[in-house]
Amino acid sequence: MSDLYELRCRECGKTWGNSPKSYCEDCFSPLEITYDYETLKKRVSREKLFSRPFNMWRYAELLPLPEDFSPPNATGGTPLVPAANLAARWGVKNLFLKNDAVCFPSLSFKDRVVGTALVAARRFEFATVGCSSTGNLANAVAAQAAQQGFDACVFIPADLEPAKVLNTAVYGARIVRINGNYDQVNRLCAQIADRYQWGLVNVNLRPYYSEGSKTHGYEIAEQLGWRLPDNVVVPVAGGSLITKIAKAFRELVTLGWVEEKPVRFFGAQATGCSPISSAVKRDLARFEPQKPNTIARSLAIGNPADGPFAIKLIRESGGWAEDISDREIVEAIKLVAETEGIFTETAGGVTAGVAQKLILEGRISREETTVVCITGNGLKTTGALTAEFPVTEAIAPRLEAFEAYLDNQLTYAAGFNR
Amino acid sequence: MPVTIEIPTAFRRFTDGAPKIDCGASNIAGALNELTTRFPLIARHVRDDSGQIRQFLNVYLNEEDIRFLGGESCAVKDGDRVLLVPSIAGGI
Repeated sequence: MSDLYELRCRECGKTWGNSPKSYCEDCFSPLEITYDYETLKKRVSREKLFSRPFNMWRYAELLPLPEDFSPPNATGGTPLVPAANLAARWGVKNLFLKNDAVCFPSLSFKDRVVGTALVAARRFEFATVGCSSTGNLANAVAAQAAQQGFDACVFIPADLEPAKVLNTAVYGARIVRINGNYDQVNRLCAQIADRYQWGLVNVNLRPYYSEGSKTHGYEIAEQLGWRLPDNVVVPVAGGSLITKIAKAFRELVTLGWVEEKPVRFFGAQATGCSPISSAVKRDLARFEPQKPNTIARSLAIGNPADGPFAIKLIRESGGWAEDISDREIVEAIKLVAETEGIFTETAGGVTAGVAQKLILEGRISREETTVVCITGNGLKTTGALTAEFPVTEAIAPRLEAFEAYLDNQLTYAAGFNR
Repeated sequence: MPVTIEIPTAFRRFTDGAPKIDCGASNIAGALNELTTRFPLIARHVRDDSGQIRQFLNVYLNEEDIRFLGGESCAVKDGDRVLLVPSIAGGI
């Protein structure tokens, strides 16, 4: 191949060069990007990265990018936060939050996948890009399309959180609201991609798009001092991110950049949409699709296309999958905010809450290094918390009023503690 | 009005280019069998070695995934559309 990468079927292994397609036309299984690792080993090293800015493009050679690629933005490079307060609360030694709630430019890990998808869209000469989205992806597509001069058209379930809709509209993207859940939107987009010459990032550009997820994993390893963690807790919706973090770790081992070690992968879902955790816990050969009903809309995918791969990875790595209720999601969001000063969206609440559950169940060892992947920002899903924080009564701008207020608070607290 | 099976572009090389196939089956299994009987080359792309619908192929009756309708045994009637859609992931 002239590129050092190309499409390959994940089931039958047939290669397809580079083109905007996401499934094998022989066996209809998903395609993914494969690389010429032997050549890559000679072209890039850890040392070569030192002089590059800390963002996702520092790993350019490990992504499906053209040789003359120049970074269009500074996506990625998010903090790996040592979560000492949360670790103390949970009684674990080494806990980190990989905080993509502050990913540039649209405050979710989706900025990474859109980054690589739009490079592919340019290569394949699409003028219009789009996606099916539960919100974050639409935000990321709209923002980066605006910056890079693409027309954007995104398809979303009609009942999406208002903040996520506004955060797409502001960039000038066309928004098509669909009366249906995400899985129905996704099906429609598959049909649209079949008929129109559009670059739908998570449909016909999907193999290129999902490679961007690997940078979340590369960064974790680099930020741990080029070491792999023992455990990774990952939110699971379509099942892509967890498998791409695993791919990133495998690649780093192949390149000799980290020492090989077993890493256990744990999938986090909301009980109201838990086809993958349900399959893992019930030891099913195939997951059973579900109709989502959860406040964690960004994880509300009842028919996860990468589900079989995610389930296989979780099982083979010695990990597990768990799910928590909407109430537990809200409590976990508050816990992460109160202990670590990080406000994550509902998906982050799922991941943190499931991590807590796995630790309490003894499935994650308290002695090991665990990374919890936070993928989105709480400012986009404030509606989930509105009832938690009712508006307090205002007081007059006078010292006496404040003193009366304090007295009231102390009286209330005393009554509460009694 | 018969039941119509809609064929995605990538499948059409197995159906002589036909985008739609009409059939007279009474349930999904019958409709798929009619399709694979008329176009034997498509058979191994629809079902795996154990005879199950391939894991990465979704079958819809009108707007609904057949797995929510009882699977292949669910009944079809005149005017129904059966869609074959490769499984495409979204989300995280």
